[in-house]
Amino acid sequence: MISFSQVRKSYRGGYEALRELSFGIESGELVFITGRSGAGKSSLLKLIPAIERPTSGTVLVNGQNIGSMRRAAIPFLRRNLGLIFQDQKLLYDRSVFDNVMLPLAFTGHTYKDAARRARAALDKVGLLAREKANPITLSGGEQQRLCIARAVVNRPSILLADEPTASLDSTSAGEVVEMFRSFNQVGVTVLIATHDEALVQRLNPRVLALSQGRLAA
Amino acid sequence: MSHWLRQHGQTLVLTLKRLAHNPFATTLNIMVIGIALALPLGGYMLLQNLGGVAGQVTGHQQISLFLARDAEKTDIAVLDASLKQIPGVRALRFISRDQALESMKQSGNLSDVITALQSNPLPDAFVLETGGSAAELEQLELQLKALPKVAHVQLDSAWVKRLESLLALGRMAVLILATLLACGLVAVTFNTIRLQILTQKDEIEVSKLIGATDSFIRRPFFHLGLMLGAFGGVAALAIVYLCMQILNRRILELAQLYGSDFSLSFFDLPDCFALLAFAAILGWLGAYMSVSRHLYEIEPR
Repeated sequence: MISFSQVRKSYRGGYEALRELSFGIESGELVFITGRSGAGKSSLLKLIPAIERPTSGTVLVNGQNIGSMRRAAIPFLRRNLGLIFQDQKLLYDRSVFDNVMLPLAFTGHTYKDAARRARAALDKVGLLAREKANPITLSGGEQQRLCIARAVVNRPSILLADEPTASLDSTSAGEVVEMFRSFNQVGVTVLIATHDEALVQRLNPRVLALSQGRLAA
Repeated sequence: MSHWLRQHGQTLVLTLKRLAHNPFATTLNIMVIGIALALPLGGYMLLQNLGGVAGQVTGHQQISLFLARDAEKTDIAVLDASLKQIPGVRALRFISRDQALESMKQSGNLSDVITALQSNPLPDAFVLETGGSAAELEQLELQLKALPKVAHVQLDSAWVKRLESLLALGRMAVLILATLLACGLVAVTFNTIRLQILTQKDEIEVSKLIGATDSFIRRPFFHLGLMLGAFGGVAALAIVYLCMQILNRRILELAQLYGSDFSLSFFDLPDCFALLAFAAILGWLGAYMSVSRHLYEIEPR
């Protein structure tokens, strides 16, 4: 489903975020990407939705080559991915409900259908009662759950989360991780980047440990 | 097709909501565009009205045709027949030399001089009713001069020429003004859309990240540009209409002093729609330029 082979990513100024990285992820897997900050976790996650392009090597997502993908094709790749960002990227000028409606605006759903889906997603993360609230009034854990609702509302086959528990207390972090596990159990491929060792140990999933842009042994 | 229509419908509602959400800024924007358009539009309306008056005046032009002294009755009959053949001549009146003398006697102050005369010094004459532009009148004058037994053709086309070139000058001025202010309108929408893009920077970035196509992101800004232009056009029409009503009160008083019922008249419906379409297209153009310039600057990192 996702395959990296000999992937190198360097930024202007010569900084190398990823070097000769190769691995494959099958459909339905739950994978943690670990490593200290600066190890290349975010760079890796940004390659999959083509936010960044590899400097060399091949990144394949659902059989599509990210490196050579046309600009116009990128939106359609992203619609099949659920993205949870490190900095959340919630919109504070609209309600919780409208935040979840955003990905449905351009997929051709009628308003009724879109609203039904948005409420289903909010229900799944336990925020249905807060749909009219502004995201700024939500707690950290609730905001993170809202990000998850927005990521899954389009029913993506792959879910990518960058440090989803970074700013959460352990109880909220546990809830969030449980949510990812339940999506994985219904067949969604889940990739989570984290530096939280305790979290990883609790789930005992497959782990890709990064160190200085390479897979640690 | 229905998907496309629905998306446009949703965008339209969204854009209107956005405009209504910020009524003060929206009103100011529309006013700026409206006033910018109202200036050349008002000038154009005045010119149209003046052109109408000029047409009425130049439409009734008289040419006097004085015959040679030796013209006989048969010559006059031949001339009368050939004048009637000329297409520009609408009406024709013959004034014999005796009639002319008689009317001069009637007119008063010259009667003493005239009675003292041994013989009638006046020639026979035709008075032609005609009309048309200065060039057409001159053409006709040449044609008349070439006729047999015609001694002199009197036509005053100089003032028609002056009026025409004055109107042409006015049209040129309005055209220049319109071009400049059309550029102004494009600049205003360009800037408005730029600000709107900046305000929605976060939303655009997130939308790109979750799979919105470029055309989806561009669409609301195009709608916004179109609407600003069209609303500006409505404002311009309203401004010109109001000014016309105010002017008309004075003009009517003035016209009555000249025994005329002249008043300014407004554009007809097709003209109004053409203006609205033109304004909307200019708004769209400003939006297009702004979007192509600024939207690519917002690329998620």
